[in-house]
Amino acid sequence: MTPETSSSVGPDRARPLAWALAILNVGAFVWLARLLPLAEPLERSWSWVPSMGVELAFRLDALSAGFALLITSIGALVLLYTQGYMAGSAGTGRLLSRLLFFEAAMLGLVLSDDLISLFVFWELTSVASFLLIGFHHTSEASRRAARRALVVTAGGGLALLVGLILVRAAATDLGLDPASAGRLSALSAVDLTAHPLAPWMLGLLLVGAFTKSAQMPFHLWLPGAMAAPTPVSAYLHSATMVKAGIYLLARVNPVFGDMAQWHWTLVPVGLVTMSMAAFMALRQNDLKRILAYSTVSVLGILVALLGLGTEAAVEAAVVFLVAHALYKASLFMIAGILDHQTGTRRADLLSGLRRAMPWTAGAGVLAALSKAGAPPMFGFVGKELLYKAKLDLDLFSELTILVAVVTNVALVASAMLVGVKPFFGAVATGLPHSPREAPLSMLAGPWALGLLGIGIGLVPAAFDEKLGGAMASVVLGTPVEMKLKLWHGLNPSALLVLGLSGLTLLVGIRLYLRLRRRRLGGSQARPTPPPSPLDRLFEAAMDGLPRGAGWLTARLHGGGLRRDVAVALGVVVALLAAVLARSTRIPTVDGDLRPLEAMAVILVLAGTVLALRRARWLTAVIGVGVTGLGVSLIFLLQGAPDLALTQLMVETLSVLLLVAVLLRLRQGRPGPMKGPRPSRVLLAGAMGLAVGATVWLASTVRMEEGIGEFFAAASVPEAKGRNVVNVILTDFRALDTLGEITVLALAGAGIAALLRARRARPSEGGRS
Amino acid sequence: MSPVILRTAVRVVIPLLALLSVFLLLRGHDEPGGGFVGGLLLASALALHALAFGVRRSRALLPLDPKTLTATGLVLALLSGVAGLLAREPFLTGLWLTEPVPGLGKLSTVLAFDVGVFLVVVGTTLLILFELEEEDS
Repeated sequence: MTPETSSSVGPDRARPLAWALAILNVGAFVWLARLLPLAEPLERSWSWVPSMGVELAFRLDALSAGFALLITSIGALVLLYTQGYMAGSAGTGRLLSRLLFFEAAMLGLVLSDDLISLFVFWELTSVASFLLIGFHHTSEASRRAARRALVVTAGGGLALLVGLILVRAAATDLGLDPASAGRLSALSAVDLTAHPLAPWMLGLLLVGAFTKSAQMPFHLWLPGAMAAPTPVSAYLHSATMVKAGIYLLARVNPVFGDMAQWHWTLVPVGLVTMSMAAFMALRQNDLKRILAYSTVSVLGILVALLGLGTEAAVEAAVVFLVAHALYKASLFMIAGILDHQTGTRRADLLSGLRRAMPWTAGAGVLAALSKAGAPPMFGFVGKELLYKAKLDLDLFSELTILVAVVTNVALVASAMLVGVKPFFGAVATGLPHSPREAPLSMLAGPWALGLLGIGIGLVPAAFDEKLGGAMASVVLGTPVEMKLKLWHGLNPSALLVLGLSGLTLLVGIRLYLRLRRRRLGGSQARPTPPPSPLDRLFEAAMDGLPRGAGWLTARLHGGGLRRDVAVALGVVVALLAAVLARSTRIPTVDGDLRPLEAMAVILVLAGTVLALRRARWLTAVIGVGVTGLGVSLIFLLQGAPDLALTQLMVETLSVLLLVAVLLRLRQGRPGPMKGPRPSRVLLAGAMGLAVGATVWLASTVRMEEGIGEFFAAASVPEAKGRNVVNVILTDFRALDTLGEITVLALAGAGIAALLRARRARPSEGGRS
Repeated sequence: MSPVILRTAVRVVIPLLALLSVFLLLRGHDEPGGGFVGGLLLASALALHALAFGVRRSRALLPLDPKTLTATGLVLALLSGVAGLLAREPFLTGLWLTEPVPGLGKLSTVLAFDVGVFLVVVGTTLLILFELEEEDS
């Protein structure tokens, strides 16, 4: 399921490609659906890094199956939608291939059983998100949003990595064998909460989950991510990627769910996030930003539910997760349709479009009803469960209920703002394009999701028997049965829940009507509200980093080539001096000097003298070359022919390069060179002494392992070569060599580009 | 040195140097030599040629331009490692043909890797040198 598509796909080839990929996804969906209900989890693993005990281990149980079904189904619809959305513009192939990359990474995430491979896929989704948010890379806003998203989610990913490593170490400490200690599924076998580091593990994992799922205070990257094309928002930032944090929390609930810190962190964070974000959504004027903030709010709801951890709460979380994915993706797609067809996403401008775009209006109403929690939609079932879970609590039941009702009221209002307002009321004037109905490829998604929402709402047994109950069981760690119903009968608790739902709907609709009246006709001058103080702080921090780096670079590199080299040499001298000062070895001189070696040394000295004379610069360069020749002679006499050969060649080339460069720089100024400043003489001398002393010392060190002996012995039998140097370079340590030639190629490319750019401008003469 | 002497000498020496560089490349596994040295030698030879005849004519001597040479070398080195993967061994395992080929010696993925290194060194060095020695337009 990880096809790579070429990014050179033109607009006409994109259409069949998108359809083909969508069908592929549907196929995957159907295959998964037919596996349900899973009798036993399916497992598959490949060994990846045996020395660290890391495997590519995949496990399909109910929780991962549920997520995988969401990913493939919404993926199929999004791929179709993309093709319609991008019709006629270049880059469709690029977008499709990045979306597929993301889908592969996301599937890997939810199917991963090995802790480290989970982390790898987690980071891959962050990278994919970066690539997708920054898709319109010519736009400054897109680039900043992508950077911001990457910094937050990857930073959280780092915390996650440390947390996962701690978990593995702790599991081994508590007696789990090394093979199982790296597996998520095996962790429940030991009681990790008893380990002294448990709060740290939990904290780090929570940081990872909170950054990914945009909980406060890490939520700011999500509204900014709306700079991405709408298919991306519909796929990643509503239904799949932001749920990865929720997935993680659901996965580790059996392990950490009983800890007091679990409840006391997740519930407050969730409650604060859900309430604040729901109201921040209402302040927005851009449809996508309204949806972004309400997504943050729903994620807060899910976090709070998982924090509560009761059976009712977990069931509510499972149902709500799926319902939200369905309606939110649909709403995003509708916002994209409106943008595409009318040219604007401003909530205050869009109204009365139901005659011009009837199908879109229908899908919008369906999605809005589900989001508002109106019967008989699946969203209604979810909301009911939500209230039921909150009522069931021993502690703080009233507080959580209050927060839930208030939040849901705001969510109802935002649902109406996006799904209802653009289509009802007076027909809008002054839109950039005159609205026409959207093509089938763009309508398929919202309608499919809307019908699914109403379908599952009417027949909940299709969901709870096959999947829902199993998912809740995995999260809770014990088997539960889920029974979803639209109508719960006439007992007092059910009526109370129904009453709360009704109250929410009514108050929400009233709030929406009041908001609509205030905003009618584009009365607000600003299309987007000003950034909040938190937003500004974040921006300042993010901008400060490059500015600080620029300041430091200017300090260190400001004065031209000589200054750069002086700084580099100075640091090296300081480091070497520190090492030398602490060393207690006394270097010795052994052996006597043979006459040939003496001649080589004299050659080196002669070259040095030649180089130091302040005559023509060409002479100096030749002097440097002569010292190199002398050194290569020494290598040869010491019995290292390969080294001598290489030194000889490198010396020749260096002289050639130096001559070519200096010819450019000095532009025919053949006269004597200026004398160097005393400080530079001192620095050069210190560098020479330091390096010389270090090399001398290093030659006295005896390595314990006898690596040289191993290579010499293994060279012929294992590598079939008698030249040990070459064998090491191209066989034993070939990976290092591969890296080196890559660096070489890159350096060459960079140098050539710089030189070529310089030539394109009129030359300004030699400057150094 | 007068251009005539340089050019005559270079005309004679370049083919010999090219041959020597290939010789060094092929013998590297058992005798001093190898991809790096061979590549450096060929690059120096061509740089010398550029000094005598100008960069344009030196570029014409090469079958591919230096950028392509570098890229080819990298790809070759990578593919030689992948060959090991195809044989279900770790990446970059050396695979050897059992019968030595007359004139070339034993063929192997290690030799392919060395050729890749050779090409990268030649390509990169010439990339830089040709840019430097190019006459200002």
